[in-house]
Amino acid sequence: MEIRRQGDCLEISELDPFLAELLRQIPESTNPDGAETAQQRLFSSPAPASEREMCAEWKLYVEPELRRLFQTATETVGADLQQLNGCTKPFANCTLRIPTKNADAWLNALNQARLVIAAKYNFNEAELCDHYRSPIGSRRDLGLFQVNFYGFLQEFILHELKM
Amino acid sequence: MHSPFQLAVENPAIEQETRAAEALDLPWQVVVHNDPVNLMSYVTMVFQRVFGLPREQAEKHMLEVHQQGRSILWSGMRERAELYVQQLHGYLLLATLERTS
Repeated sequence: MEIRRQGDCLEISELDPFLAELLRQIPESTNPDGAETAQQRLFSSPAPASEREMCAEWKLYVEPELRRLFQTATETVGADLQQLNGCTKPFANCTLRIPTKNADAWLNALNQARLVIAAKYNFNEAELCDHYRSPIGSRRDLGLFQVNFYGFLQEFILHELKM
Repeated sequence: MHSPFQLAVENPAIEQETRAAEALDLPWQVVVHNDPVNLMSYVTMVFQRVFGLPREQAEKHMLEVHQQGRSILWSGMRERAELYVQQLHGYLLLATLERTS
């Protein structure tokens, strides 16, 4: 896999089918449904529990706005990922071009996905810092690989935004 | 016609009211809490964007969050503090609004 800036795009080329599939899974991975801890992490409390009125108002007025924001980011990423469906040969490497104007949406969706996966598998700090863990022997290992791979993409996007 | 001195003594009540309102609203702070998933570089960028901090200061707060578990990013009136917390939640940071003890 190669990743570089190409004009108004961030280009990820030589994407093998496995990594392409992980990218395709970003929108689905942002869905916290069925995992209470993931829901709580995406929509965390704005204040200590003693501030009951504030927390209730937040749920009523702010949370729907946050849901819309997260949904919009996920949809933008989903639309960019449609390019991967254009790969003609089933096991060929492919290329993804992310318009820099969508960089914020990507950062947000990647973050949602990382937080939801980490919450679902209850990864601890030591596991999250173990970037050389291998091989992938279980669905949980794959989840950790996803978190790290998405983190790598975030780092690259952040690096490019600074330039 | 009013002399400048007369103008100055006709308006002091407004200033007193403003101070009283601010005093009621002052004890709030925006606190960001540690999170093992969010990247350090991402947290730094968010602090720069939301609070307009220079990079060095944003990194200082990020390291405080990382090493001490929390950092107070801003304190002041509740309404503005709520807005900051909302923005931070939009970036998926763990942030709370707390009364200053």
